[in-house]
Amino acid sequence: MWPYLHLGPLALRLPGLLWLVGLWLGLEAASRQATRLRLSGERLTNMVLWALGGGVVAARLGYALHYPQAFLQAPLSLLALNPQTLEPTIGGLAALLVAVAYGQRHRLPLRPTLDALAPGFLVLAFFGALANASSGDAYGQPTTLPWGIELWGARRHPTQFYDALLTAALLLWLWRATQHPRGDGAGFLQAVGGLAAIRLFTEAFRGDSLTLGGGVRLAQVMAAAVLLAVVALYPYWRERGAPATPQGKGDARPRDRND
Amino acid sequence: MSAPLKFRFPAAGSRGHLGLWLAVALAAMGWIALTRAPAPGHGGPPPAPRTGFSAPDFTLPTVQGDPIALHNLRGKVVVLNFWATWCGPCAAEMPTLQRVYADQHDQGLEILAVTVENSPAALQAYAQQHGLTFPLLIDAQAQVSRRYRVQATPSTYFIDRRGVIRWVVFGGPMSEALVRSKVETLLQEKP
Repeated sequence: MWPYLHLGPLALRLPGLLWLVGLWLGLEAASRQATRLRLSGERLTNMVLWALGGGVVAARLGYALHYPQAFLQAPLSLLALNPQTLEPTIGGLAALLVAVAYGQRHRLPLRPTLDALAPGFLVLAFFGALANASSGDAYGQPTTLPWGIELWGARRHPTQFYDALLTAALLLWLWRATQHPRGDGAGFLQAVGGLAAIRLFTEAFRGDSLTLGGGVRLAQVMAAAVLLAVVALYPYWRERGAPATPQGKGDARPRDRND
Repeated sequence: MSAPLKFRFPAAGSRGHLGLWLAVALAAMGWIALTRAPAPGHGGPPPAPRTGFSAPDFTLPTVQGDPIALHNLRGKVVVLNFWATWCGPCAAEMPTLQRVYADQHDQGLEILAVTVENSPAALQAYAQQHGLTFPLLIDAQAQVSRRYRVQATPSTYFIDRRGVIRWVVFGGPMSEALVRSKVETLLQEKP
């Protein structure tokens, strides 16, 4: 693991930098896909940034509500730059709500927008896996396999690299498969289903899984549920084509959607 | 030569669709059952400087020369802070650590501030100047810093009553609410 990037006297946290690069490149990929789908890349970027901002604010407030005494004694801590005082579930839900509100206000069509975001999700997931490799998070079980890596006192499955490689392969496949995206949401479902399948597979080699009873891994159960939802929904979205937009019904080659 | 096989997703609501869904469900359940996590071994997690592992043990002298061993603090909540006098963020979070220590020490909180600076007199003067009452430990050979893989200061480890690292915070300064919330959570856990 390489948690720091040393630049002279400066020691920069590499995982944080990788997440930022992932966000930036993910936004770039989503913006390009939006252009292919005749959506406004600028609006898509704004939607993501608003969602991020709203998510961070809600995550901090959610954490403060969980520990009111700590924040009443030090109210300025609400503004501190500590990611450890964020409540991720509340933040994620708030980000989703803000994105939906922004999309409705600017009349972004749902399924084409999701299709545009799909490569961005994958790019972010790829850099997230690299960030985990850098910090040593999401580490694997001990193994005797020759490609095991020394980490946290044992030779372990390099699960972070399993995730990174499989996500990169999924991204390349999806990018080639959607050279002419239809905007029917199929690309988004492929990305989400692919990520769920990857998690279902690689979680099996993790050494830090949260478990339900009997050693059943929580992340695998959730990934399986998402994968099954995708398999159920995919042909319905695929067959109905792109949804109607103010500019007319879209399918094979959508027209400008939000000029 | 036969044409390459190409997967065609079954039509919505067809028997093929239902069959595919069931096949995926069965495969997923089988994989989940096959790859269940092994039961945790006896004696707790092995030592490693990261969340979920036992905090690596050490014994270091305070600036007054009294040795403090981490294993002797089992049953207490320990905040292990690696710092340096020349480090700005470290200095910024010291008053926070002192306030929390003053409030929670009686409830079972220990704060250990470890530095590689081998100048007890200067460190004692620093502690007096900033009103620090928690132990300042000297890691003159940097052995403990290496064992905890400290590459930058401040680095802070929140250790529970069983001696397991629960959170690691790299960099700083930590907000007071951050320290209080983590300590509060750990103090509420039964010894």
